This record gives sequence, C-alpha cells and structure tokens, in this order.
Amino acid sequence: MSAPAPAPVAATEMLLEVNNIEVVYNDVILVVRGLSLAVLKGEIIALLGANGAGKSTTLKAISGLLKTEEGEVTRGEIRFAGERINGIDPHLIVRRGIFQVMEGRRIIADMTCLENLRLGAFTRSDNQVKSDIDMVYGYFPRLKERTGLAGYLSGGEQQMLAIGRALMARPKLILMDEPSMGLSPLLVKEVFGIIQRINRELGVTILLVEQNARMALSVASYGYVMEQGKVVLDGTAAALADNEDVKEFYLGGHGAERKSFRGLKSYKRRKRWL
Amino acid sequence: MLLPLILNGLIVGALYGVVAMSFVLIYKASQVVNFAQGEFLLVGAWVCWWFLTDWQMPFWMGFLFTLAFMTCFGIILQVVVLRPLIGEPVISVIMATVGLSIFFQALMKWIFGVFAKPFPPIFSAQSVDILGLQVQPVYLLSLGISLFIMAGFGWFFTASKHGLAMRATAFDQQVAQSLGISVPKVFAMSWAISAVVSAVAGVVVGVVNGVSSALSFYGIKVFPAVILGGLDSVVGAVLGGLVIGVLENVAQYVDAEWLHWGNMYAIAPFYALVIILMIKPYGLFGTRNIERV
Ligand SMILES: Nc1ncnc2c1ncn2[C@@H]1O[C@H](COP(=O)(O)OP(=O)(O)O)[C@@H](O)[C@H]1O
Ligand SMILES: [Mg+2]
Repeated sequence: MSAPAPAPVAATEMLLEVNNIEVVYNDVILVVRGLSLAVLKGEIIALLGANGAGKSTTLKAISGLLKTEEGEVTRGEIRFAGERINGIDPHLIVRRGIFQVMEGRRIIADMTCLENLRLGAFTRSDNQVKSDIDMVYGYFPRLKERTGLAGYLSGGEQQMLAIGRALMARPKLILMDEPSMGLSPLLVKEVFGIIQRINRELGVTILLVEQNARMALSVASYGYVMEQGKVVLDGTAAALADNEDVKEFYLGGHGAERKSFRGLKSYKRRKRWL
Repeated sequence: MLLPLILNGLIVGALYGVVAMSFVLIYKASQVVNFAQGEFLLVGAWVCWWFLTDWQMPFWMGFLFTLAFMTCFGIILQVVVLRPLIGEPVISVIMATVGLSIFFQALMKWIFGVFAKPFPPIFSAQSVDILGLQVQPVYLLSLGISLFIMAGFGWFFTASKHGLAMRATAFDQQVAQSLGISVPKVFAMSWAISAVVSAVAGVVVGVVNGVSSALSFYGIKVFPAVILGGLDSVVGAVLGGLVIGVLENVAQYVDAEWLHWGNMYAIAPFYALVIILMIKPYGLFGTRNIERV
C-alpha cells in the first residue's frame, strides 16, 4: 500500500489477443461463438457476464485447460506474446507465462499452504522460490500463520492461497475466475485490493472474470460483457460503469442477482433486434 | 519364543511394506490397480542375478544396472501398455495388469528356468547377536534397506517438487495441469519409481532365499497390506505390511502349537483381508475427504 506504483510497461504492447474463437465441448456443444478480445500488457481487463455466458470457457480456451474437459477451440486464433497458442497442452502454456486461477479456488486440500505455494513454482528452476514465498506472505500475511492442511482454510484464505500460488509461477498473465465467489463483502474488498497491488507492483497483467461487475470495474481499465458465448459490449471500465444497460443488469446492487438474471433475457432480446 | 517370531515378522513385514508402498504409488498417481507388482520383484531379481552370474559383475555394479533397467522397464510398461488404456473402463486396465503378471511370470520361467537359483554369496553368513537373538546380516541389511526406502519416500513426497507434483496429480489432475505439471510424465515416473523400488525388494529377497517364481507371491501379499492400510495411503501401506508380516508369523506359530489347520503362514493374511473388508472397507488410513469450508 505504501509502495509507489510504478507506471505499467508501455501500455500499448499487446499481450493476449483472442480472435473470433469458437469453442465446442464434446464435439457438439457450441459454447463460445466468435469471441474476440485483447489484453494489453500491464492492465487489468474485466470479463463480465451472467452465469453460463461462457466466461470460464473462454479462460480455459486461453489456458488450454479446455483440453481436460473434452473442449476444443474449433475456429479462430489465440495469440500470446505474438505467438499462436491454440491447442497447446495446458502444462506448456503455464511455462509460457499464462496461469489460470480456476473458479472455486481449487487449492490442494490435503497439502499445507506452503506445499501449495511450492507447487505454484513447479515450472521454475531458479533459486528464488524461497524469497518469492516470502513475497507472497508479504501480500497475504495471514497465510503464513496457517500451518495445517489447506483444506481447513476459510474461503477467503483459500482464495488468497490460490492467488499466491499463481504468483509463485511468476506468470506474465493471470486468468482469474471469479475471485469474489462466496466471499463476504469485506473480504471481496480485501482480495480486490491485493489484486490491484499485484498488478501495479509486480506488473502482472490480469484478465479478470467476475459476476461482481461493480468490484471488477473498479479495478479494471477496460471491460468486456459476454452473453451466450459472445461479447455484446465492451469499453473502458468507466464507460461500462456508466452504461445504462450494464447498470441495470449487472450493477443492480447486491442480492438482486437472481432477478437480474431473468431481466437479462429481455436484454438479450433487445440486443438481437438491434 | 515370541520375540524372534515378531522380529522375523517385522523384517519380512518391512519388505511387504516397501512393496505395498510402491503399489500404492501407482494406484495413487494413476488409479491403476497393479496386479503385476509381484512380477516387478521377480523381473528385478532375475535381471540382477543375470548381471551378477552371466556377466560376472561386482554386486554394486549389477545392482545399479538393475535399477537403471527397471527404470526403463517401468516407463516402457506405462507408456506402451497403460497409456493407451487411459479413459478405458477400470476392468480393462485390471485385465491388462493381470495379463502383464502372467506374461512376465511365463517369460521369466522361459528365460531362467523353473528352479530357484541362489545369488552369489555377498555377505559372510556370520550371524550377529541382537537382544540375545542370532540374526543373519542379510536380514539386518534387508531391514536397513526397507527403512531407507521408506525414509526416501517420505522425503520424496514432502520435500521434492516431483513428489509434490505426484501428490497434486493424485488429488486432482486438472489442477495439476493448471500448475504446469505434465500428467503423462507423472504417470510414467510413478511406474518407474514403483518398478525400481519393488526390484530392490526383489533383490533383497533373492539374496536371502534365492531367485524363483515364489517372488511373485509378494505381489499378492501386498493386497492384505494395502487393504489394511487403505489403498491410497503410503503410511498405511508401511504399517499394513508390518502388521501382515507379524501376523503371518504369529499365525503360523499359533497354528503349529494349537490349531493344526495347516498352511496358516500363507493364508492368515487373507483371512485378515476378508475381515478388514467387512469392518473397515477403506482401511485404517484410507481417504477421508476434507470438506471445503
Ligand atoms: N465441460 C463442459 N462440458 C459441456 N458443457 C459445458 C462444460 N463446461 C461448461 N459447459 C457449458 O458451457 C456454458 C458456459 O459455461 P461457463 O463457461 O462455465 O460459463 P460462465 O463461466 O460464464 O458461468 C454453460 O452452458 C455450461 O453448461
Ligand atoms: Mg464460470
């Protein structure tokens, strides 16, 4: 918090480019249809949308984890740091610098915090793993006190561990899937504060998937809104936060999610008639 | 009277524990129930015997060559036989390992004959005195090697990054991949380590009793041990092995003294197996899932 925020690297450098991709599960279920987005180096980009819009699928397409779920990018192209990465095995994509923090945190419950963190550094062979563990503890001091199994951590702590584990890989890009899920408003604030610090202080680019649009737009510079496998709206975070449709359906306040989900359908219809 | 029985049981039981650990390793990492575990001992012992007799190698050299051979053996088995079966029904995989078991038993008989052959003498047979018991040095060595392997497993799974990767793969393959771990490599590594460790046990038994198809039987003895300990617990495998080792010795003694049912040494572990399955199907240390908060 006290550290002066160094300006992110040349804000025009393209890090990730998704061009018109189509994703199919089990050879038949078409889930993402013609989605494009761009992520510039050093930024936090928000990917918003209701449950089932295809946000997680999009992240898995980028990280290659789609392969582990019988999914496939059947059309279009994903470029990372200038190179095409479609179809590459997920463990090799991690080595290229993309790390996905999956929905539901997915920490390894029968290992300790420390073991989880060390596993985050699996792809590394340098000798700075120890100092990076201290760096992670710097961001999440309460993890340091937890010596038991990670499965016994609270939801917030598990989310912190999942983010800390991602940092251990020293990625260029973190794909973060719903970090606020299941956390109390206070914890959400804390976690998002740290996401912002990580981005500023470590220069890690972040593609942030969220249902909590208000929170996501407060840390992002640019955002995309997804619906039924397509981007239906994009713009700067400020513009999206001001957009009437976004306000109505995504910023409707807490506890209104169910209601807005129904409303969403008419939103879709409206969009289509346009 | 009971003390030598128990000591003997612990020495043999430690070996069971080692074989059981290497069985659990494969099961945990790749969810394969390996019915050919005993043949790892058999192949390892015969190959080592071959290096020592036909090639006249000194023991340490033949032993190292055996370890190298078994590393390749484990990897090749996994890649050629089991990798294509990933995603196939469990029963197909089980039949494949049963097939491997039969195949290697027959192959070893075909190459090396059906009679037990002794290893060239490695240690003086001078027995040592421990707690008033006369113990042969090979038995002490056997116990030492077992303990060394167990410590090695402990180190591997908690301190080495590949051990952690193996545990991660056992926990959740998708998560493992998201961390940059290659699951096929982990599978191959688990088979290689398992084959090597079992071969060490095979050589130890071979040095003590000579090499013969009886070595395969260790692969069967593993089942009561791992069922007792829990199929997916390495610590349980060790304890299960020790218990079974002691149990068969004590059972034999009880049988010889009082029961006179005969052959208790070989059968008692399986009585135990049935009883365990009835009262505690997940074993003493089998997975209890930790609920997410
Ligand atoms: N592994 C899968 N196999 C088949 N269909 C899937 C799979 N994962 C997700 N889907 C479907 O794809 C759609 C989008 O899912 P997802 O990407 O998880 O959405 P979001 O993350 O935006 O909530 C949903 O309709 C879901 O049912
Ligand atoms: Mg999702």
